[in-house]
Amino acid sequence: MVAIRYETPRSVSEAVRLMAADPGARVLAGGTDLLVQFRTGVRQPSAFVDIKRIPELMSIAIDAHGLRLGAATPAAVIGEHAELRRLWPGLAESVRLIGSTQIQGRGSVGGNLCNASPAADTTCALIVNRAECVIAGPNGERTVPVEAFSIAPGRTVLQPGELLVAIRVPRPAARTSDAYLRLIPRTEMDIAVAGAAASVTLDAAGLCTTARVAIGAVAPTALRVPAAEQALVGSRLDEASLKRAADAASAAARPIDDKRGTTAYRRTVAGVLTRRAAAIAAARAREQGSHP
Amino acid sequence: MSKLHIETTINREPAEFLCEPHETVLSALRNGLGLTGTKEGCATGDCGACSILLDGRLVPACLVLAPEAQGRTITTIEGLSRGDALHPLQQKFLEHAALQCGICTPGFIVAAKALLDATPEPSEEETRYWLAGNLCRCTGYDKIVRAVLDAASEMKGSAA
Repeated sequence: MVAIRYETPRSVSEAVRLMAADPGARVLAGGTDLLVQFRTGVRQPSAFVDIKRIPELMSIAIDAHGLRLGAATPAAVIGEHAELRRLWPGLAESVRLIGSTQIQGRGSVGGNLCNASPAADTTCALIVNRAECVIAGPNGERTVPVEAFSIAPGRTVLQPGELLVAIRVPRPAARTSDAYLRLIPRTEMDIAVAGAAASVTLDAAGLCTTARVAIGAVAPTALRVPAAEQALVGSRLDEASLKRAADAASAAARPIDDKRGTTAYRRTVAGVLTRRAAAIAAARAREQGSHP
Repeated sequence: MSKLHIETTINREPAEFLCEPHETVLSALRNGLGLTGTKEGCATGDCGACSILLDGRLVPACLVLAPEAQGRTITTIEGLSRGDALHPLQQKFLEHAALQCGICTPGFIVAAKALLDATPEPSEEETRYWLAGNLCRCTGYDKIVRAVLDAASEMKGSAA
């Protein structure tokens, strides 16, 4: 057996050099997917490139422009960040839903994106918040919207030598809020049968001026649903418009049949979750309006 | 192939060990250092039996590579008692008979310690959610939850 190396780069440029020099190297963040894949023989990396000693990959920074989330920051650290929870409650919810307390101590949002599961809980919440992936590679840095980062189950736009270093989320406008909901057959510790996130912005009169909707676990990648967004914009987010958004989400879903749920069930649930997530986001945005 | 030499702190004492680059901290603890209190259950991060604290953060030792321990601080179940004096959680697990076969117990106690470090007076609901990643196939969980809540109230009393 060929020796596997363990590397601890101290900078992004050093990590890029290590990744570019060895096509078999894999980035190690929390290890909650990679080390299980290694153990079960699904992946046999030639090197683990542990990025957790690079300070900017392990930090949360919020300023007037928004959030810069280091890609390897553990979920537990994100969940404890009061300002992040206040500004992006739906995003924080999606992070806090992942796995157990123990998994939260290791798993990261960057890892959740790079693992590229269609059911990943954070993806929908990031998409509705207009999040971007900051990618470093041999040719410098580039950014990709989260909705374009995963291209198929387990596959991303990352090229050889590239790594995800941060997720950037613009600061929400006034009277804007978000929500994420998923369906699992128990109270926690499971993988989504379907998920939906919504972000809405209201004007001073309570009309919805902007909306973003994304659904997860109902297609090979998380899907943004423009038709559902159009159903919400211009409305007061009343029952009729929420119902139209739900129908649009169900129509956009193209789920598989598997042990977690049938195609028909997932299609219905994607709509129900969309309606409820939009209603929660709306209630949160209204609450902001009443406490300027 | 050459092994890596790792220097770390385990249960308040400096420690060093040799490991393979792809070995887990769980393996280094049990096989390298003889600290067999931390148990291997599933080895895939699902059962909580191998719970340890890494720089004070609750993690599954099966999903941490051994070389990651370089320069870090680890707490295992062996680090909870002070000499012959059991930690209040250990004492309450005995008093409440919160274990049967015992394989899950070290993981539960380490996870419960992390809970009480963060939240000294947890509700029953908080306790149940926090410990949801620790699986027990014997007890049905009620006695474990009661032991943790009882330990919390005793620790609060002794801290006052």
